[in-house]
Amino acid sequence: MKEILVNNALESEAIYIFREVVGQFENPVLLFSGGKDSISLVRLAQKAFHPAKIPFPLLHVDTGHNFPETIEFRDRLAEELGLKLIVRYVQDAIDDGKVIEETGKYSSRNILQTTTLLEAIEEFKFDACIGGARRDEEKARAKERIFSVRNDFGEWDEKNQRPEVFDMLNGRIEIGQNVRVFPISNWTELDVWNYIALEEIEIPSIYFSHEREIFERDGLLWTASEHVYRNKEELIETRNVRFRTIGDITCTAAVESEAVGIEEVIREIRESSISERGARIDDKRSEAAMETRKQQGYF
Amino acid sequence: MEVLKIATAGSVDDGKSTLIGRLLYDTNSLTTDKLEAIEKSSRKKGFDYLDFSLATDGLIAEREQGITIDVAHIYFSTKKKSYIIADTPGHVEYTRNMVTGASTSQVSIILIDARKGVIEQTYRHFFINNLLRIKEVVVAVNKMDMVNYSQSVFDEIVADFKQMQTKSEFKDQNITFIPVSALWGENIAEKSDAMSWYDGETVLSHLENIKTEDFNEISQARFSVQTVIRPKSEKYHDFRGYAGKITGDSLKVGDKVTVLPSLTGSTIKEIYFFNKNYNEAPAGSSVTITLESEINVARGDMLVKFDELPEQTKILNATICWMDGKALLPGNKYVLQHNTNSVLAKIDKIDTNISTDFSGTIQASSLKLNEIGHVSIKLSKAIYIDKYKQNKENGRFILIDNQTNTTAGVGFIN
Ligand SMILES: Nc1nc2c(ncn2[C@@H]2O[C@H](COP(=O)(O)OP(=O)(O)OP(=O)(O)O)[C@@H](O)[C@H]2O)c(=O)[nH]1
Repeated sequence: MKEILVNNALESEAIYIFREVVGQFENPVLLFSGGKDSISLVRLAQKAFHPAKIPFPLLHVDTGHNFPETIEFRDRLAEELGLKLIVRYVQDAIDDGKVIEETGKYSSRNILQTTTLLEAIEEFKFDACIGGARRDEEKARAKERIFSVRNDFGEWDEKNQRPEVFDMLNGRIEIGQNVRVFPISNWTELDVWNYIALEEIEIPSIYFSHEREIFERDGLLWTASEHVYRNKEELIETRNVRFRTIGDITCTAAVESEAVGIEEVIREIRESSISERGARIDDKRSEAAMETRKQQGYF
Repeated sequence: MEVLKIATAGSVDDGKSTLIGRLLYDTNSLTTDKLEAIEKSSRKKGFDYLDFSLATDGLIAEREQGITIDVAHIYFSTKKKSYIIADTPGHVEYTRNMVTGASTSQVSIILIDARKGVIEQTYRHFFINNLLRIKEVVVAVNKMDMVNYSQSVFDEIVADFKQMQTKSEFKDQNITFIPVSALWGENIAEKSDAMSWYDGETVLSHLENIKTEDFNEISQARFSVQTVIRPKSEKYHDFRGYAGKITGDSLKVGDKVTVLPSLTGSTIKEIYFFNKNYNEAPAGSSVTITLESEINVARGDMLVKFDELPEQTKILNATICWMDGKALLPGNKYVLQHNTNSVLAKIDKIDTNISTDFSGTIQASSLKLNEIGHVSIKLSKAIYIDKYKQNKENGRFILIDNQTNTTAGVGFIN
């Protein structure tokens, strides 16, 4: 084949980061949630080490409150790629009395995952945990380094992070510490979706429109499930929905959608963000514009 | 889509976070929930305007103190480009975080408070931009609303800045001056009526028109091996691939190469990207290379074209920006990380401390946090270097503290 490679900067950066992990650490692991970000990470890791197999296992911290589709998908992916899949259960920590299950309307096992994760890190002596978090997700995430050092207690010293200059990643740590690594730090939500489309990566079916029993609360669509608290006034109905992110069933809301293909999903995400923000921003802009005039008079 | 990487610079409270927040707002990039949060906290703080800096100050301590402590990376896009902006702290104390943010950027936006004009931090940040060789600089003279949108104030600041620029050694810069009010969105995305005397571009339209291909500096190809790929599967039984990122210039199948430090010669047999073979791969791409001959290559080794050898040395003369609380002193030992290679380094001599106001150098015997100086370093093993001026990737390194493992300094080879 006589071709010139066209470089995709974000993809090359992610591959570079994966290779630095393998070059600098003894015992890395990829934190796999079964969502689109971690599925994309698996594809990037494949690319980084081809034709060899991905040289580290996957770790799933299972809350027990999953969408069954995600679990099937997870098992199949690991099997197809010949990867070792480690699963640790939040239920075990609950049974052992290490954590206490939340109750009530907004109860979720999401935060209980931390204990199980830290125990798994200790059990397997992982020194690098690769995750799919992105800086565009959240304000505090926007502050995180690509190699982010955690102390023995898993804590992030956010006010005292190591300088991270250019592409030079410093993975030196003491025994007991570990590094969280974020290869797709610089990707946005749309970058991930576009990549999934471009690469034709298979993702769990619940990312596409399907019929589901849901109920409404606080303007969000919640899945009707034995794991999700619901009171008598919150009535179940069947609607066509899809999920924009997949996490624990108790904290992942659905959106109404007819999008059955990836291109339609991408279009919906693009448009929804415009209507979601656009309409409101216009309101606010005129308000601010008025204030501007007032303020200008003042100055 | 084109990606443009930008870093802000400027002193505390010059309005860096506000400018970014305003760019997000004016390009409809703030989601409803974020905007509501900003409104709410602005009200809570008793402001009668929207405090856009709240969009980027992500740490609790930052919001409490109203200052930026560490870099935040912010993403937005227009029809033309995707933008990554590093919002950096203005405080001298956090200069190392400013360096972190600026090091990965192609464009620097330096903010100046119109009431204060060119001050020490302006010098310092422009100096760091020069050290990093950032070619595209936008000087945004902010808070014009507080000086009656006065043209003479703006002109004076421009003249002061230009005077400073003449003292700088790095001349290939493109500097654009724009008078703005970040808070009121004047000359950010929309032209300001109050400053009709200004006939240049707004910040956003200037960024939109920057050509990113101009940032690709072609030098000589360098390929630092990150890891060796040995599948040991039936199909790829004898496969031995070298995984790394190409920098400087492209590499082709058939290129005659020298492996450093062993100085063995070979020829590039294949260039893989995932499961495809390519004839040529450009700088910036992460590929896997196989060689015609079976030779020993490991992480830390470098492949270069046989007639483009970098300089071999055990002594480095470099400009160092110190980023650790523990001062850099002669005799101190560090781990020096240069590309994927690490060697032990001993500080031989600190020649001078450079004043970041371009007033020259002074004799020095140490470099303290956030100071910059000329340093000579002895290495335990020879490395293969370029000057930062000629090849950015192969002309820089970091110094790592042996005890704390932190990145203590960044060096630019002279
Ligand atoms: N009047 C006026 N005030 C402004 C303008 N831009 C910013 N400010 C105000 O100046 C203060 C500081 O703004 P920030 O954006 O937080 O400053 P900063 O440069 O990010 O500060 P650090 O990140 O801590 O260095 C805030 O109270 C802003 O509202 C402007 O154009 N006009």
